[in-house]
Amino acid sequence: MLDFLWLIPLLPLASAALLMVTAGSLPRPLIAACGAGSVGLAALCVLLTGLSWAHDPVPRQMELWTWMQVGTLRPTIGFYLDGLTLVMMSVITGVGFLIHLYSTEFMEEDESLSRYFAYMNLFVAAMLILVMADNLLFLYLGWEGVGLCSYLLVGFWYRDPVNGAAARKAFVVTRIGDTAMALGLLLLFTELGTLDIQQLAELAQGKWQPGDTTIVLATALLLGGAVGKSAQLPLHTWLPDAMAGPTPVSALIHAATMVTAGVYLIARNHELFLLAPPTLLAVAVLGLLTLLLAAFTALNQHDIKRILAYSTISQIGYMFLGLGVGAWSAGIFHLVTHAFFKALLFLAAGAVIHCLHHEHNIFRMGGLRTRLPVAFWSFLIGSAALAALPFTSGFYSKDQILLAAYQWPQIGPWLWAGGLLGALLTAIYSFRLVFIVFFGEAQTEPDRQPGWRMALPLSILCVASIVGGWISLPLAEALPATQSGHPAAAVEWISIAIPVIGVSLAYLIFLGRQLDLSALVNSGLGQRLHQFWYSGWRMDALYNWLWVRPYQFTARLLKDEPVDLAYNGVVHTSVALHHLLSNLQTGRMRWYASTMVGGLIVLLAVLARAG
Amino acid sequence: MMESLFYMAGFVAFTATVLSLSRTNATHALIYLIISLLAVAVMFYLMGAPFAAALEIVVYAGAIMVLFVFVIMMLNLGQAGEQRERQWLAPRIWIVPTLLALILLVEMALAITQISGTTSGVEVTPKEVGLTLFGPYLLAVEIASMLLLAGLVGAYHLGRRSIDRSRQS
Amino acid sequence: MPGLQVPLEHVLMMAAALFIAGLVGLMVRRNIIFILMSLEVMLNASALAFVAAGAHWGQADGQIIFMLILTVAAAEVSVGLGLVLLLQRRFKTLDMDNANRLRD
Repeated sequence: MLDFLWLIPLLPLASAALLMVTAGSLPRPLIAACGAGSVGLAALCVLLTGLSWAHDPVPRQMELWTWMQVGTLRPTIGFYLDGLTLVMMSVITGVGFLIHLYSTEFMEEDESLSRYFAYMNLFVAAMLILVMADNLLFLYLGWEGVGLCSYLLVGFWYRDPVNGAAARKAFVVTRIGDTAMALGLLLLFTELGTLDIQQLAELAQGKWQPGDTTIVLATALLLGGAVGKSAQLPLHTWLPDAMAGPTPVSALIHAATMVTAGVYLIARNHELFLLAPPTLLAVAVLGLLTLLLAAFTALNQHDIKRILAYSTISQIGYMFLGLGVGAWSAGIFHLVTHAFFKALLFLAAGAVIHCLHHEHNIFRMGGLRTRLPVAFWSFLIGSAALAALPFTSGFYSKDQILLAAYQWPQIGPWLWAGGLLGALLTAIYSFRLVFIVFFGEAQTEPDRQPGWRMALPLSILCVASIVGGWISLPLAEALPATQSGHPAAAVEWISIAIPVIGVSLAYLIFLGRQLDLSALVNSGLGQRLHQFWYSGWRMDALYNWLWVRPYQFTARLLKDEPVDLAYNGVVHTSVALHHLLSNLQTGRMRWYASTMVGGLIVLLAVLARAG
Repeated sequence: MMESLFYMAGFVAFTATVLSLSRTNATHALIYLIISLLAVAVMFYLMGAPFAAALEIVVYAGAIMVLFVFVIMMLNLGQAGEQRERQWLAPRIWIVPTLLALILLVEMALAITQISGTTSGVEVTPKEVGLTLFGPYLLAVEIASMLLLAGLVGAYHLGRRSIDRSRQS
Repeated sequence: MPGLQVPLEHVLMMAAALFIAGLVGLMVRRNIIFILMSLEVMLNASALAFVAAGAHWGQADGQIIFMLILTVAAAEVSVGLGLVLLLQRRFKTLDMDNANRLRD
């Protein structure tokens, strides 16, 4: 199976091509079967690959052909298979397949089913290329490919201009990060002369001491790309708006896979990042700031999908924190468990939205516990994992990250404390969601129940969200081990206690009403804080003021093309002169002869003077 | 004696040319032009270029002018053509071209007066001309032959089209 | 044949006068036949200048250039007269001012 590695991205790619070419002329069941089936087959291939790889778990490089050769630049179409790749592939195809299956029901009534599955399959193919690429340029191809698919899918319901604007925002903001990443690639290539990931790591270790300016700059640029794609500060503003797409898209792209590409990029190039401690510190600090900011924002949202979007940003912040403090495998571990429970949450939210006439506002839901039991249990398990309650998958991964942060020298305890605060907030906002949506008074009646194609992925993901923490990922070879050593027992107990406290607080505030915060919330300061956090720390307004407005102003200024005035002047003058001159062309031979004689006279006079 | 002959030939050539180009009847003009060419041939002969003089008479006055005669006859302009020519040659039309030409003539005269020297009086025989022509000027002869060929093809092409059209109509 | 010795400038002035006469004809006449005749006159005038120069040096080159000019004149007249016929058939006139499509 290892020789047929190329089959894995090819399957969804071929399906995407087929769906694009037929452009919806296939019968709808066939479209769904093609869209979901190709990813399912890819998942099967990944499973077989994993089984055969497990016999002989050494990294493998597989070069298909040379992509292009320009001087010493020789990127290949080649794959690299190690534990990290395998983990990512499993997540992408596994979770991806479940979401595709779910989509077949969710998008059943949509008129552009074929377009939807074409984009989704293309996305899966691009994401697989991203994680399987053996060189950074090929990786960049997948990177841009997922960006494109994200744009297409956010703006999937393009008839509403709001969705189009959200898609453009997602595209433009991530483009900023991508540009930084491209610069990083160029810098690495000019310095080391190759883009092969493994060679880069070797050469860099030979060439630079830790902390060398060049490597810090290069990794900082790569970090820029990761920050853009993974919606971290300061480029996180696109992700909440990206929820304009269909809910399964949010689940697959904007929660489970694509947004974790930045985490993957950093983990894949961890040798480079290890040479640049300042960048690693930046990774950790950025992650911490993002997770806190997003957690505060999530606490104040009304829209069920926006809450989940901010929680995604926050959880990716945890992954960054983990990577930054050297807990590489813990970061990837959290990526995996997060993919399970966030996909679960989004799909459950999708089921709620699907059954409630596309209602997004959580305050118009409520009491759905008995009416939508499947969604309720899924949501409950997903939220428990998100809040990192003990014995759920999220608990293990988040715990590892927090412990690693605690052990990190210098500012480690501060990072740990920040992470704990974030964990507390996570528990509160996730259970706020559960309590408001599924308990209390019924507001809106569901008009249908999710069918088996929705229920099955939800149940599988429920199981995965619980037992996901017990899987041992084959990352020992691929990533450096976390520093061992047990911290004080109190630290561990605090980590366990915090989510429980958070859930209790949420219960007291939102369900039991024992804790009445309405006075605090309704006070002037509380209102202002609520508004501030609701708007996402006014980041959008800031960017609007800082970048968009000046840009639009300049654009308006340049709309009439003031620079072109000079050129247009030249054009008009020459046109006028042309008309003047063309009057000379009468078509009369006698006139031509006379003018020639006139010219001759002048010429002779000049020659006579000169001679 | 010979000098006076030469100047007389020059006078005839110029007068005949002017008369030729101011005629309204094309046939008359052609006759004057032939006279002018014959006078120039005399000048050639007197300057010691008998071969050139012979060619002037045979080719220029003989062949080329006969072509003109044929065409004029084919067109058959007649009285109406003369009438129209007279209209076209209104006096005011002459003013500007003559003025220009005179200025040019003055300029040329100024340039020419700076030249001194006389014709040598040595006769250049046809034999010498032939030797030079097929010696150093061989390439020029070839090029001239190509030019004649092009003229032949061009004339045939133009003539054939007009013949075809006249048959159709 | 005893040589004739006339000042070169006289011959050249003669050539120039013939040339100018042809030029005036070219600029004044509208009939294409007369235009072709004017061209002949001008070519002939330049030929006279060449022959005079050849006579001055006692070399054959002047006559050879005359012969080349003769060739040009012959070719030009054959094509030109073809054009005259064409013009007459198409426009029913010999007026060169009518053949002014070059303007467009």
